[in-house]
Amino acid sequence: MKKLLKLSLAAVAVCGITASAGTLENTKKQGYLKCGVSTGLPGFAEVGADKKWKGLDVDMCRAVAAAVLGDASKVKIVPLTAKERFTALQSGEVDLLSRNTTWTNSRDTSLGLNFAGVNYYDGQGFLVAKDLGVNSAKELDGASVCITAGTTTELNLAEYFNANNMKYKPITYDTADQVTKGFEAGRCDLITSDASQLYALRTKMANPGKYKVLPEIISKEPLGPVVRQGDDEWFNVIRWSLFAMKTAEEFGVTSKNVDAQATNTKKPEVKRLLGTSGKIGENLHLDAKWAYRIIKQVGNYGESFERNVGMGSPLKISRGLNALWNQGGLQYSPPFR
Amino acid sequence: MNLLNNQKFRGIFFQLLTVIGLVAFLWYITTNMFHNIEQRGITTGFDFFGQIAGFGISESPIPYSDQTSTYFDAFKVGIINTLIVSGVGIFFASILGVIIGVARLSKNYIVSKLSLGYIEFFRNIPILLQILFWYNVVLAALPKPRQSIQLASDMFLNNRGLFVPKPIMEAGFTFVIIAFVLAIFVSIFLVKWANKRFEETGKESFLLPWIVLIIVGLPLGVYFLSGSPLHFDYPALKGFNFRGGMSYSPEFLALTFALSIYTATYIAEAIRSGIEAIPKGQKEAAASLGLSSYQSLKLVILPQAIRIAIPPIINQYLNLTKNSSLATAIGYPELVTVFAGTCLNQTGQAIEIILVTMLVYLTISLTISFVLNIINKKMEIKGR
Repeated sequence: MKKLLKLSLAAVAVCGITASAGTLENTKKQGYLKCGVSTGLPGFAEVGADKKWKGLDVDMCRAVAAAVLGDASKVKIVPLTAKERFTALQSGEVDLLSRNTTWTNSRDTSLGLNFAGVNYYDGQGFLVAKDLGVNSAKELDGASVCITAGTTTELNLAEYFNANNMKYKPITYDTADQVTKGFEAGRCDLITSDASQLYALRTKMANPGKYKVLPEIISKEPLGPVVRQGDDEWFNVIRWSLFAMKTAEEFGVTSKNVDAQATNTKKPEVKRLLGTSGKIGENLHLDAKWAYRIIKQVGNYGESFERNVGMGSPLKISRGLNALWNQGGLQYSPPFR
Repeated sequence: MNLLNNQKFRGIFFQLLTVIGLVAFLWYITTNMFHNIEQRGITTGFDFFGQIAGFGISESPIPYSDQTSTYFDAFKVGIINTLIVSGVGIFFASILGVIIGVARLSKNYIVSKLSLGYIEFFRNIPILLQILFWYNVVLAALPKPRQSIQLASDMFLNNRGLFVPKPIMEAGFTFVIIAFVLAIFVSIFLVKWANKRFEETGKESFLLPWIVLIIVGLPLGVYFLSGSPLHFDYPALKGFNFRGGMSYSPEFLALTFALSIYTATYIAEAIRSGIEAIPKGQKEAAASLGLSSYQSLKLVILPQAIRIAIPPIINQYLNLTKNSSLATAIGYPELVTVFAGTCLNQTGQAIEIILVTMLVYLTISLTISFVLNIINKKMEIKGR
């Protein structure tokens, strides 16, 4: 009932808000960024030991706050379930949704939302207990499957099992936490979700060594930040904040050497990125140092990746598809020119 | 003649003004809403009902396929599951409630204090917590499919649910059903005849064994005569879990259990207050007529107490139905989970879906209250 109430309130809020001034201006005036993240997913959005939110998705919020407000900590984190996320963004409860959300055609075109880029290339996989003796997803006929409600995962699962002539029983929960608990309690035989989430959820389990991720990846899940449609100025800020992090990695600009780079670099693209030449900041309606602050306070894409989900984290996910384009991956930024 | 000084006219005028104001306000917020939605490029309308849903639902009493069924089918599954949970919950809550309510007034100290403890305990814990508690108890206490508890020869209980044989009726089974219905009519006739005889002659007839014989014997006889036209589909352990038979999921068990024992406390209190509202004189009068305490409860106290208790019990039935929406916390696929949950997120049409969901609950609640109000009217003491 509480959920219902929340959604209805959000629905009413959609009615109430009339087209307002630009989100960029509002955020500056407000002094903080309202950013929607997951309710708790290790590596992407979780509350750390220091009681602060951290993760790859949280870093996206912090980067935008650093660019727009000058301070990466000026973020108001709003944890959202998969079910709540789009309504929250549509109704203005958050101004940026950075919540491992898959970019799909219908979401992009029918919800009044725009995807500003991809901060993680993912794919759907399966997590099972090792002692189940299953080595391939093709052996899962008749299994009970725990999933999160309102995700692309639900649809992919149905398609995959049908294509392989297998039956399954979906057990649908609201949050990733409930999914993990249901799985550990033996309510289902496996969890299906984006592979990154499976690795993340496994770290939360009582005995992570008991479980394994099956080799099959059954879908494309490009995850990225989402904004409301029709505010191009704000869209540009989000999109280029993400590109700034990727470009910084490509040119070897890190949070540690950014000061030295800003004064010494000879590379024209780095100069334009850090605002020592050109007028990229002005075009984005930001100041010249916007990208400098992102790199200084949050780090480049590679740093953020390694710290949150990569080798520097308990998840130990390799870069794979998320390596830069010149290192065999898909992460690619248009030129800063 | 000044119209505004006319009291009748003034009354109508201001009422009309209020209605116009209200309509204008509603019209304004609705058009404003649609304007905003359109401006943001959010799809509106109810076209999604006809589209393929494409996601699976764990429990569906009607045929549902994740590849061919539409959102409308998913919507129907949600409503039916809501009705099932509410119906089963109301049934058990009523039985439990009446028992506890009567036990609460028992002269036996232990029985009455136990009922009191039950009521005070379960009534004062939020229902959502109870649902989560029972769900976790069910999941934690029950074994995995391979170590299932065998309740009877073909009944199994594990953390995937309760598995029982599924009866499959063949053509001849219709005769058995007809025989059963016939037996009930005969029994009703017998009871009426006995009552009439009792009123006319004062002779009591001991009918119970006869009625049992007719209701059990007649269909059973027909069953064997028509060549046992019923067989069972037994659950069997195959692959990951039991297949075949009928199954009740842990979500369903936990939800109906929690709803029943929670609502039963309120029904018990309604019954108790109904009984206590009957003047002491009624009981004393019954006793002085020579009725035993069982007879006085059955013939004098309960018929009057039920009349007083019905309106609050209607309220509890409505509450139970609405509380069933808390199923979303444990993932039982009723209306809120399936429709206001998954469908909403897959289509992104929050306003339409929330509106329809609210309308469904409104309709269910009004229907229950309408039916029970008719019963209430019938049960009322007719002034003579």
